[in-house]
Amino acid sequence: MKILGIDSSGLVASVAVAEDGVLLGEYTTNYKKTHSQTLLPMLDELKKMIELDLGTLDAIAISAGPGSFTGLRIGSATAKGLGLALDKPLVEVPTLEGLAYNLWGCSDLVCPIMDARRNQVYTGIYEFTEELADGMAESGSNAAKECVKALRVVMDQTAMDVRDLLRELEKLGRNVIFLGDGVAVYRSVIREECRVPFSFAPAHMNAQRAGAIAALGEVYFAQGKVVSADEHGPEYLRKSQAEREKEERGKGSADGV
Amino acid sequence: MKEDIVLLAIESSCDETAAAVVKNGREVLSNVIYSQIALHTEYGGVVPEIASRKHIEKINQVIRQALSEAGKTLQDLDGIAVTYGPGLVGALLVGVSEAKAISFATGLPLIGIHHIEGHVSANYIENKDLEPPFVCLVASGGHSHLVIVKDYGEYEIIGRTRDDAAGEAFDKVARAIGLGYPGGPKIDKLSKEGNPDAIAFPRAKVDENEYDFSFSGLKSAVLNYLNACQMKGEEVNRADVAASFQKAVIDVLVEHSMHAVKSFGFNKFAIAGGVASNSSLRKAFEERCAKEGVQFYHPSPIFCTDNAAMIGAAGYYEFIKGVRSGYDLNAVPGLKLGER
Repeated sequence: MKILGIDSSGLVASVAVAEDGVLLGEYTTNYKKTHSQTLLPMLDELKKMIELDLGTLDAIAISAGPGSFTGLRIGSATAKGLGLALDKPLVEVPTLEGLAYNLWGCSDLVCPIMDARRNQVYTGIYEFTEELADGMAESGSNAAKECVKALRVVMDQTAMDVRDLLRELEKLGRNVIFLGDGVAVYRSVIREECRVPFSFAPAHMNAQRAGAIAALGEVYFAQGKVVSADEHGPEYLRKSQAEREKEERGKGSADGV
Repeated sequence: MKEDIVLLAIESSCDETAAAVVKNGREVLSNVIYSQIALHTEYGGVVPEIASRKHIEKINQVIRQALSEAGKTLQDLDGIAVTYGPGLVGALLVGVSEAKAISFATGLPLIGIHHIEGHVSANYIENKDLEPPFVCLVASGGHSHLVIVKDYGEYEIIGRTRDDAAGEAFDKVARAIGLGYPGGPKIDKLSKEGNPDAIAFPRAKVDENEYDFSFSGLKSAVLNYLNACQMKGEEVNRADVAASFQKAVIDVLVEHSMHAVKSFGFNKFAIAGGVASNSSLRKAFEERCAKEGVQFYHPSPIFCTDNAAMIGAAGYYEFIKGVRSGYDLNAVPGLKLGER
């Protein structure tokens, strides 16, 4: 199984190809150029380097949101165009699940936060569950130790005030690791107001990586979670400003009656 | 070189998601437009974020339909042309990213096209005899340009609007007299019931450049007239306002255009852009050009509105000149005509 992963949901542009549990290549940049200028040239470079025949891909895994509206659409349009031209399905990986997957296997709660402006973060809370691998219980003594870990959603991705998030984490009462571009924005708030033991992930795992999107994409693809390139669209988690304002006006006039 | 050049063209610069298949720049094999107008009407104009979201939702279906109506697959094509500016950046990026991905996956050459170059080139589709040089007026909701088309892909802008685009003035006046969005077709229709000489609205001249346009003064004059009527308690004849306003716009467009045609010594003149589908505008140009002995060209309304066939027409001439874009092609919202 060969999966192309794409993430352009935030500041990072990232592409990766994973095949049967092997990351054949990954190219990630976090630079001032726009994703429109970087994403496809990076994919072209990666394709050449690993001599990738695009026709051999099984699916394209896309970091499907939330994130920067424009960034998401650059990634989505790229994935949709590839899917259309190559006749391949897409796997939609929720952006925050992709981020959490960077910290695969850790026993703490994983809490990615992305700056969502308007005093909010896009966030979710995740953990890794553990069970014995298939057939391990009955088989020999050595094999009995092998476990399968899976990402479990404790709180599904959403847009919320970071202080509300900290209260949710306090209720859960477990150690937590923060990551994502929201850390730079809210580090001091977290330090002052987080009531559970916490830490911040280091550079190689604190931002979006297409390797994680491809790896988690493999899992979801195997579970049959695919969509057609035509039906895919980003999950913004937020309406456009114009729609919000219109709804508020509507609410206002309804209240006035 | 291969005999026929068949291009897939993609356009998403504003509120139409469009794809077309065009052969040799002049033969339209398909022209699919998903119009979002209804969606934006309730906001009184195009909302960029809503437009961008709709583009990403519709783009694959629109492309697929364009290919299937043309009876072509991607393997039958010679290249992909895409609008990369000017326009709404978020909207442009959808078409640009999609086109680049298809180009990358298929190996088909990619050609980034200027939106206005597309509008100008719309004239080639139905006027098989039209070749540069000629003068072209491009008037739409976002643009008012008077252009000398020196050669395919070679332009000199001799006049532009100093403030509102012509179509923008239509939208604003339509809103003021309660017609709603989009203003152009609604004013065009209502004008037929009104007297174009009922109200004397100003015809603005721009001192520094005789070919430039200015429509904000006219728009203000209409608003002032409406206010004055309201103050005096007089009933407004909306059809007369629409007809008189429209005549004022058309007069200026016709005068400036004909002045340019004569001064620069051309005998061919074309119109393009959404405003070019205005029936009174066409009639005015037809009459004036006939009188002046100038050959007049205009696209059908379907090629006046934003569409991808025109991008395919422009793309063909860039393609045969050897113009190619890289995978780093970006959307350029303020792209100037004739620049790359």
